[in-house]
Amino acid sequence: MVPFFLFFVCALLAVAGAIVLIVAWEPIHSALSLVLVMMALAVLYLLLGAEFIAAVQIIVYAGAVMVLFVFVIMLLNAGSEERTNWSKLAKVAGLPLAFFFLLAVAHFLSRSAVGANIANGAGAVSNAGVSTRALSVALFQQYLFPFEATSILILIALLGALILARKDE
Amino acid sequence: MSVIPVSYYLVLSAVLFGLGMVGVVFKRNIITIFMSIELMLNAVNLAFVAFARAHNQLDGLVFVFFVIVVAAAEAAVGLAIVIMITQNRQSLNVERANLLKF
Amino acid sequence: MLILDHLWIIMALPLLGAALNGLLGKNWPKSLINSIAIGSVSLSFLCVLELIREFAQLSADQIPWIGNYFTWITAGSFRVDFALQVDQLTIVMLLVVTFVSSLVHIYSAGYMAHEGGYYRFFSYLNLFVFFMLTLVLGANLLVMFVGWEGVGLCSYLLIGFWFLKQSAISAGKKAFITTRLGDYAFTVGILLAFWTFGSLNFQDMFKSVAQMSSETMAHAGVLTTIAILLFIGAIGKSAQIPLYVWLPDAMEGPTPVSALIHAATMVTAGVYMVARMNPVFSRAPIAMLVVATVGALTAFYAATIGLLQTDIKKVLAYSTVSQLGYMFLGLGVGAYAAGIFHLMTHAFFKGLLFLCAGSVIHAMGGEQDMRNMGGLRKQIPITYWTMFIATLAIAGIPGFAGFFSKDEILDAAGSGPHKNILLWALGLIGAGLTSFYMFRLIFLTFFGHERFDHHKVHVHESPSSMTVPLMVLAFLSIFGGWFAAPHLLGGTDYFEKFLHPVFAAYAPTAGIEQGASLAGSAGASGEIAQSGAMELIHAITGPPVIVAVLGLLLAWWLYIKKPELPAKLAESMRTPYKIIYNKYYVDEIYNALFVAPLLFISRYVLWHVIDEGLIDGIVNGSASVARATGSRLRELQSGNARSYASWVVLGAVGFAVLLLAMLGVRH
Repeated sequence: MVPFFLFFVCALLAVAGAIVLIVAWEPIHSALSLVLVMMALAVLYLLLGAEFIAAVQIIVYAGAVMVLFVFVIMLLNAGSEERTNWSKLAKVAGLPLAFFFLLAVAHFLSRSAVGANIANGAGAVSNAGVSTRALSVALFQQYLFPFEATSILILIALLGALILARKDE
Repeated sequence: MSVIPVSYYLVLSAVLFGLGMVGVVFKRNIITIFMSIELMLNAVNLAFVAFARAHNQLDGLVFVFFVIVVAAAEAAVGLAIVIMITQNRQSLNVERANLLKF
Repeated sequence: MLILDHLWIIMALPLLGAALNGLLGKNWPKSLINSIAIGSVSLSFLCVLELIREFAQLSADQIPWIGNYFTWITAGSFRVDFALQVDQLTIVMLLVVTFVSSLVHIYSAGYMAHEGGYYRFFSYLNLFVFFMLTLVLGANLLVMFVGWEGVGLCSYLLIGFWFLKQSAISAGKKAFITTRLGDYAFTVGILLAFWTFGSLNFQDMFKSVAQMSSETMAHAGVLTTIAILLFIGAIGKSAQIPLYVWLPDAMEGPTPVSALIHAATMVTAGVYMVARMNPVFSRAPIAMLVVATVGALTAFYAATIGLLQTDIKKVLAYSTVSQLGYMFLGLGVGAYAAGIFHLMTHAFFKGLLFLCAGSVIHAMGGEQDMRNMGGLRKQIPITYWTMFIATLAIAGIPGFAGFFSKDEILDAAGSGPHKNILLWALGLIGAGLTSFYMFRLIFLTFFGHERFDHHKVHVHESPSSMTVPLMVLAFLSIFGGWFAAPHLLGGTDYFEKFLHPVFAAYAPTAGIEQGASLAGSAGASGEIAQSGAMELIHAITGPPVIVAVLGLLLAWWLYIKKPELPAKLAESMRTPYKIIYNKYYVDEIYNALFVAPLLFISRYVLWHVIDEGLIDGIVNGSASVARATGSRLRELQSGNARSYASWVVLGAVGFAVLLLAMLGVRH
């Protein structure tokens, strides 16, 4: 009972946050609503038994990336959005496309074998979760190379951001 | 305890992804577009975690881990570029950055 | 047997002269150029003399002597060799061609002395002699055709020699194109001959023909078709009706060209060809009738036009057309030797007439209109006397060369085995007209008052390089007929006997042909018994002579006794006069019927519609389609990031749907 309730509340919050994100005029509103979405998703991860991921989501994603976004918004003094209208394709096809995609995916996922299989038996979500310990072991054994590669990636990104944002002297 | 079917999570993921796509296409502020992209990434993350749970494997979670790392790196560099463009164009409207036309 | 084994030398010498003069002679002195040219043709003539000597030593079964030099074309069963043959007919033609050519070359050295392009003239002239000799010496139809086309080419080059003159190049084109029409039929005839006989060699063809029976007047078979097709080629080349229109225009060329090509040699190629193909023609009575009729009609028709022409060379041109008609008349009634005889005498007197005309024009400083001449006989005596002799010859006055040949033809037409009274009558009237207009020419040019300004034109006799050939030809115009005089007229009939093997070898053996004109005297049987003197008197008082004398008297009456009469006559018969004076408007008719529609189609249909519209349209059109497509596609690069993002989304959606559809199918 509780999980369902929790699920729907978080799902609703996530969707609401997403809608506010795309509807808001001020970027800062969008940023804050995105934080809300991430929070809701973190709870959902907890529901799914992925505690480590939930924690990483909060700490890194909501805590660092979104803060970065807010900093940039404040730095650039981003005001309300201009109302230009130069892309015909976007105006004409954008919304219908998105809805169509959404419907299609939802339909297939809900009706397809994947969804059915998972929903009904073998893949049903149990309350038991995957332990952090197992995750870290996997990271440092099977996925060691990607792990190290991403650290280099972060280094590169760091350097890149540094160089790009430096003012020319 | 009743179990939440994985398909629910998947539908939610699809909805969020679709909303993110709408945002990318329709918004004109570069930063907002960026945030919509982040939203899409998050939606995908949710799907991965749901599948990881469904198959009782942790490969999905590892992938989510990497996605978050890459998203962070991408956000950093991307925002740096946005800052540079803004300094050049004095506007955050993505349609104003249209010099690469024929 | 020096020459017989190397027949090609006869042709090669003029070719060498042409090559030397043409390729290297641009800056050579005139004396060197004309030495090479005259020398090569004269050497050729000497080779011909030597050839005659060797030929006389051959036995009858070695004739015709064939020299096969190399295989020219082999394509399956079609095989043509470059082969040359010599028989009596060839000897006659060779003599005429080389001798008259030599004289004309010598004459040209004087006539063209002040003209530009000296080396080019002699080069072309030598080249012409080469092709003419190829034509005459050829042992098969294809080698003959090479010569046939080659002389046409040289004619075109020489007519348009003064190529900066518009009328000259038009005349050259007209000559070439008109003869081309005939050549087309000639080619079809050659193809048909090959298809029928399997070979183009004369000897092979004639052996095959000898196996075939004669065709009758009622039924035209393949022999008739071949004969008529070949004859159409001759119509073009030898300027008969209806393809004669190029010859008068060809007078645009220098006068030596008119003398050599358009009087003595090239235009006689058709006559030679029919004579050469006599086994085929003899077996196709319809074709013979066609030949004789066309010949007689042309003889008469051209003579009527010649009556009123005022340009001295044009009169001679129409006279040539007319005389060629006589030759064909002779061939068409079976008197092959008579036709060739007339060819020979015509070469002498017509060549002489043209050269004299050239001399007159040279003396008058370029004037060609007879209305502006007159009273020249005291001032250019050599030219006058030689021209007078030639006129006597062409008119058929007894004793001169033309009398014998023309008389023989008319006799064959009137009372030979293939006689045709209507054609005889046409020929007879034509002879009278010939006499009339030729004497008219003499009287207008040399007699009467001077109709030109004495001070503007300095009349002077031509240099000896020009007058010596005139005198030689005059001599031949008188005596050239004697040695070949037919038996009928008291002569030795040597010519007929000499050519007899050529025309009898493959003659059809049907009854009509026995004792025919092919063998000699074409008289009515009753005459043979009479004595020589009686025959002579009979011949001299025959119809051809009567009309010739009548023509002379009429010309004298109208142009010397009462010179104001012609104008009055013209006035009273205004419409006929106008029609004949304008050559029956034939050129205008041809222009409207053939030339103008062709030009119209070329210009408006083929050029504007097809070339510019269709072809250019396709090419330009494909280019503009490419350009248009490119410019539309270019607009995709709008620079608008949102558009790009939308395209990406579109692609992603499509892909996702595809994937999910495929996955969804696996239920």
